[in-house]
Amino acid sequence: MPLYRDEAIVLRTHKLGEADRIITMLTRTRGRVRAVAKGVRRTKSRFGSRLEPGMVIDVQCYEGRNLDTVTQVETLASYGDAISRDYAAWTAASAMLETAIQLSEEHEPQTQQYLLLAGALRALSERGHDPSLVLDAFLLRSLAVAGWAPSFHDCARCGADGPHRAFNVQSGGAVCPLCRPPGSSAPAPETFALLAALLSGDWDLADASDERHRRQGSGLVAAFLQWHLERGVRSLRLVERA
Amino acid sequence: MYEGAVQDLIDELGRLPGVGPKSAQRIAFHLLQADAEDVTRLVTALTEVKAKVRFCDQCGNVAQAERCRICADSRRDHTSICVVEEPKDVVAIERTREFRGTYHVLGGAISPIDGVGPDDLRVRELMQRLASGEVQEVIIATDPNLEGEATATYLSRLLRDVGVTVTRLASGLPVGGDLEYADEVTLGRAFEGRRRVDA
Ligand SMILES: [Zn+2]
Ligand SMILES: [Zn+2]
Repeated sequence: MPLYRDEAIVLRTHKLGEADRIITMLTRTRGRVRAVAKGVRRTKSRFGSRLEPGMVIDVQCYEGRNLDTVTQVETLASYGDAISRDYAAWTAASAMLETAIQLSEEHEPQTQQYLLLAGALRALSERGHDPSLVLDAFLLRSLAVAGWAPSFHDCARCGADGPHRAFNVQSGGAVCPLCRPPGSSAPAPETFALLAALLSGDWDLADASDERHRRQGSGLVAAFLQWHLERGVRSLRLVERA
Repeated sequence: MYEGAVQDLIDELGRLPGVGPKSAQRIAFHLLQADAEDVTRLVTALTEVKAKVRFCDQCGNVAQAERCRICADSRRDHTSICVVEEPKDVVAIERTREFRGTYHVLGGAISPIDGVGPDDLRVRELMQRLASGEVQEVIIATDPNLEGEATATYLSRLLRDVGVTVTRLASGLPVGGDLEYADEVTLGRAFEGRRRVDA
């Protein structure tokens, strides 16, 4: 059976039988992969903690008909340790991993998504920014990578120069007075600025934002995400916002 | 596909945790060939467990009465509560004979990706037990994996202002595994060396 080796981020695990787990991971070069880790739940397992969600690993598997099998794992970065000691960061990480599952396809390379997730997990573990901001930045950029970049300045429909006052999820973000569909919301200008900063990586502006605009921004990001993902992201409900 | 009753049995067995379609089929044919008395004994055990066994009102462990045998035992130390995820973890810790206090079974770990938050576990019941002021120490013995660790983080933060000593089982438990698979010596040592959590 063919062997392969890749870098990967563990997205999720499921118990299988007595002591095994199915590991869902996002690999750097071959998209999402599911593989069995045999005996991983036994405390003397040679895999140890290397196959926990959020771990960045160098993994070797052999391909199976339905499921691959993990044969070797080395840790590249164990962000999970630090993240699990900060509850807000951990709930944010859960939402990221779940989003990555939904935005990726099995065996379809998505290196940009992989790098984005690895970077966001590192940022969470370093505790340099509010976990909720790191999460929203990740969600916005993941949507952009998937081809659904929201607009926070020019009109998402006709392209008219912004800034605009209205926001409409279905239209793709900011909308001008002429395009504005009924039921559009009117977030604060600071919220538009915050979301644009998160999308472009302007952390000075994002870190200086106030709580009211962060909350409003998170609401818009969540609405945007749920609109594009068929199944919705369950973890979002449990994310602890400051 | 098999006919009627056999397929029904395979389907039911296949819904059990850890039983795949192949195992379900193997168990079904084992039962078909087994003595009638053996099968009757299994049926009785299944019926009895649903009829007689319930969950302890206080700690959430499996019990045959309102209180489980540990909560009802006055020789146990009722000032100390060990918090675990599942009833099988109680069994694992009891095997070590290191712990003479009582337990609190959460019913799992916090897992946002599975839609399980603090409100879906027996966290509120734990806080109610602490309200009387009798409890001095809470030992958090969730599984030594990231979900268990994050659940411990959440609980220690919640318990910070309650005025009890909060401890976590010592490291030395290999991370990534299930608590129930830890051998008695390792688990016992983890109990002795439990460390205070200053969240
Ligand atoms: Zn327009
Ligand atoms: Zn009890």
